[in-house]
Amino acid sequence: MLEHSEHAVLTKANKTKQSRYTKPKTNRKVLLGSILPLTLLIIWEASGRMGIIESHLLPIPSVIVEGLYQMALEGTLWGHIGTTLIRVFAGFLIGTFTAVIIGSLVGYMKIFEELIDPIIQAFRSIPSLAWVPLFILWMGIGESSKVILIAVGVFFPVYLNMVAGIRGVDRKLIEVGKIYGYTSFEIVSKIILPASLPSLLTGIRSGLGLGWMFVVAAEIMGASKGLGYLLIVGQNTYSPDVIIGSIILFAILGKFTDWLLKFIEERSLRWQDSYANQR
Amino acid sequence: MLSVEQVSRTFNNKQVGFTDVSFTVKEGEVIGILGTSGCGKSTLLRVLAGLDKDYTGKFTWEKEQVGMMFQEPRLMPWLTVEQNVGFGMKGDSNSTIQELLKLVGLAGFEKLYPKDLSGGMAQRTALARALVTEPKVILLDEPFSAVDAFTKMQLQKLLLSIWKQQNTTMLLVTHDIDEALFLCDKIFILRGQPGELYETIIISEPKPRDRGDFKLTTRKAEILSLLDLKQTV
Repeated sequence: MLEHSEHAVLTKANKTKQSRYTKPKTNRKVLLGSILPLTLLIIWEASGRMGIIESHLLPIPSVIVEGLYQMALEGTLWGHIGTTLIRVFAGFLIGTFTAVIIGSLVGYMKIFEELIDPIIQAFRSIPSLAWVPLFILWMGIGESSKVILIAVGVFFPVYLNMVAGIRGVDRKLIEVGKIYGYTSFEIVSKIILPASLPSLLTGIRSGLGLGWMFVVAAEIMGASKGLGYLLIVGQNTYSPDVIIGSIILFAILGKFTDWLLKFIEERSLRWQDSYANQR
Repeated sequence: MLSVEQVSRTFNNKQVGFTDVSFTVKEGEVIGILGTSGCGKSTLLRVLAGLDKDYTGKFTWEKEQVGMMFQEPRLMPWLTVEQNVGFGMKGDSNSTIQELLKLVGLAGFEKLYPKDLSGGMAQRTALARALVTEPKVILLDEPFSAVDAFTKMQLQKLLLSIWKQQNTTMLLVTHDIDEALFLCDKIFILRGQPGELYETIIISEPKPRDRGDFKLTTRKAEILSLLDLKQTV
């Protein structure tokens, strides 16, 4: 009987907790957050139509949207978006994967730290864009040089956060594993990796941001497709609407992928006793 | 069960730690280790648990299965209560986990994360985790020092009932003399810096004991004088 009532109380508590995320509050958030951008858009559109801004330098929003819409109708837009997305995704995967592997080794084993960390720190001090000419020389202007460049950009933030995360794991938790006779592998997989997950996810999110930055660089350097290529096309054909259109698309895609990661982050870090989870 | 021969572990130029400690523990005994702070009680337990390898001397466990409970709960924050309890187990054993959760009074809270637990609940989860592998020996490092007086008494009773059921050998480091008197068959007094085994007190009163027992009160006075508190104050 007692158990039953306890359970009832518990499910009720859970429900009130979930209700914090229900609609009224989200609506309010969206409403508040969109006041400023909407006002700016209206001012922009209005001043363009009144001739205050010169439209050959800064076209009004409706023209930009119209241009994007036309490209979407012709079908060329999807090819550009798809190519860019694939490049970012491939580079992001390669960069993250290698960073997690090397970061785990460096963070967990002193010998790897002494062996690998100095050279990685040395490479980190090279601005990654400086690699571009070399990569193009080595791999041509094909896909591989672009993907590798993006991977290099993604690698460093993920690596740094992975190492910092592992170093910050509470020794006391590791001792619990030792009491139960865990092997090194079990300690890494069952304690160290989950404990450093918050830091790793922070690294992955900033890595993705850099990935988007580097895809622009890679596509500006030489490409026949992609949103970065559209930027160059816009520059060469004196069409600022194309440039601004692809900037907007970059913003939307970047925001969307970041939101996706944030969603995963929130899902997998619900256990965290943090300020954000308390609000 | 356990024999310790002249084990020492000191840090900071032999200022802290313990030195030259020897004793034996029989199966089913409850041993209390009492001492003022800095005399190496916790270090002794860490050495015996295998967490600190830089000791000199020798000790042998007859049976390997050791459970440990720390001063803090040390729960994995990303695991739920039941997952935490099952942390040390190999393979699936949900029924044992549920049984233990009932025993420590946490039935119905299986799915909560540690952040949602009170201090007492977290420590009870830690106790269940230490018990789940059915260890022959449990090492307890001031396990109830961070919980309120009422929960503390409950948990001490719980520990006693587990001892009765499974005849578990226990080594309890504590600074609470009443706790030691309530639970232990033998009390080791550590004294000095680095700490040495100064005295062994045998308490033969049958358990469960009455907390207000007159005999225990006189033993308390004896222990207090042994701990030589005047010197440290």
